[in-house]
Amino acid sequence: MLRYMSLRNREALTGVIFALPWLLGFCIFRVYAIITVIYYSLTDFKVFAPPEWIGLVNYQELFRSDPLFYRSLSNTFYYVAFSIPLGIIVAFLLAELLNQKVKGMALFRTIFYLPSIVPIVASSMLWLWILNPNFGLLNAFLSKLGLPAPNWFGSPVWSKPALILMSIWGIGGTMIIFLAGLQDIPQQLYEAAELDGAGVFQKFFRITIPMMTPTLFFSLVMGIIGGFQTFTQAFIMTQGGPAYSTLFYALYLYNNAFRYFKMGYASSQALVLLVIIMILTLTVVSTSKRWVYYAGRS
Amino acid sequence: MGLLCRKVLGFRHERGVVPVANFNASLLGSKKKREALGRGIAYLLLITLSVIFAFPLFWLLSTSLKPDTQIFMFPPKLIPNPIVWQNYIKVLPLLRFRVTVVNSLVIAFGEVMGTVISSSLVAYSFARLRWPGRDILFVALLSTMMIPYAVTMIPIFIVFNKLGWINTFKPLIVPSFLGNAFYIFLLRQFFLTIPTDLSDAARIDGCSELGIYWRIVLPLSKSTVAVVAIFAFLNGWNDFLGPLIYLNDQNKWTLSLALHAMRSAQIGEINWSGIMAGSAMMTVPIIILFFFTQKSFIQGITLTGLKE
Repeated sequence: MLRYMSLRNREALTGVIFALPWLLGFCIFRVYAIITVIYYSLTDFKVFAPPEWIGLVNYQELFRSDPLFYRSLSNTFYYVAFSIPLGIIVAFLLAELLNQKVKGMALFRTIFYLPSIVPIVASSMLWLWILNPNFGLLNAFLSKLGLPAPNWFGSPVWSKPALILMSIWGIGGTMIIFLAGLQDIPQQLYEAAELDGAGVFQKFFRITIPMMTPTLFFSLVMGIIGGFQTFTQAFIMTQGGPAYSTLFYALYLYNNAFRYFKMGYASSQALVLLVIIMILTLTVVSTSKRWVYYAGRS
Repeated sequence: MGLLCRKVLGFRHERGVVPVANFNASLLGSKKKREALGRGIAYLLLITLSVIFAFPLFWLLSTSLKPDTQIFMFPPKLIPNPIVWQNYIKVLPLLRFRVTVVNSLVIAFGEVMGTVISSSLVAYSFARLRWPGRDILFVALLSTMMIPYAVTMIPIFIVFNKLGWINTFKPLIVPSFLGNAFYIFLLRQFFLTIPTDLSDAARIDGCSELGIYWRIVLPLSKSTVAVVAIFAFLNGWNDFLGPLIYLNDQNKWTLSLALHAMRSAQIGEINWSGIMAGSAMMTVPIIILFFFTQKSFIQGITLTGLKE
């Protein structure tokens, strides 16, 4: 018995030692960081001087007298509301196409996937050029079709759609996840449905979609969390303009923290972001019971 | 879904197999035709869409090789004539390429090293060792993946600032030695599939836990470790916000910072061919890496989607 105990203890000790790097990281980068960001959010903190306690003043300013806060929030909601569902739909349809039995699939798969691994700085530069209102490829194409050529990043109306368009181009990662999900659906289900006389659409809506709901659910949650952190594209391509139309939440937070050095104010913004993401994630998770179907699991 | 199968099978039993087979045979001809038509439509869509998806990358290369006179042509000229390789040479000093590419590589490889060592050790602990609090902490690990970078960015910056690490690579590399929740999760899932008999046998032979991890589990997990290494490299190479916050000194800049600075420094006429050449130089290594490691790459993305 004693020997057994000591073996167990030894294993426990080894386990903790092996996990130590992450335990340390968890304590510093998660626990400490979140407690500190709460504290900073209640202070006036200009980096070069120690933080000064001011209570809820940052939050009052944020909610009562900062139009840019609401602007950045609505910009971000706009971007997430369009780019995430649209991206999921496009990725899903592409995955469906790639799941057909045709030759050259590896090539097609590669072509759709490649854009998603292009470094974001490079793809930002590229799209800035493609969407150039005067010499850009897209407007040349649109005017050839006799369609109106928008001013893209020059127009507050078109700047967000431009960024959404660019995000759709980089949808390859999601597409591969969907493709893997589609390939996991047991073929017998389709065969059985066919015997029952189900058509293409019935098979799609009655088998494909329900079997894919766990994957769709996962992409939706990850997409929302990622979408709220949109930063680099806007920072490089538009700096938040024109007329603050691409000032996303994360960009405004960065500006407050590292451009204006209002670390306390930015911290309160960071906490609001955390709360928003938690609420959205919990909402999706709580509705998921109604629409996510786990085959073979209750 | 099992229910559906059983229903269908039941149906076949009740009505007998023969009529169903006949029914199928009479439809076979038109079914084949329908499938051929479907394939045709699929090809058409696939080809059209892949042209659309591939065009921006083609455009990147095309612009990067154009003489200045052809950059601002409207309608745009698709293929440069003559091809100006010179654009690539000219952009090297603008990006201070020799310094910045080395910096980018140091950061990316540092991140690979740190991630692979720490995340695999931690994953081993979570997958194969029992210790008090392990399961609760594993749930904590999973939930930390939901915390956006922006939320903890400020306190972490302050910590590194106090340590005097601003303008060094330390803030970009050291954290990766403290494990990454997502990679730990990936590796743990894989480690769980390795039979415990192997490690038990080694333990009886007097092998230490570190020995089992190093000699048995890691060699059996090469493919997953490769996935993690590739992803960590991509992360380091593509990162923009991290270097932007921590690296002010131009000699410490990464390729992505230099490319960004190159564009924002230009007033008036922008050197598009140079910017495209620089973007291509950032992208091509990634694409080469992709072609060499395609299988692990795709496997990695697929695994990404499996965590529910």
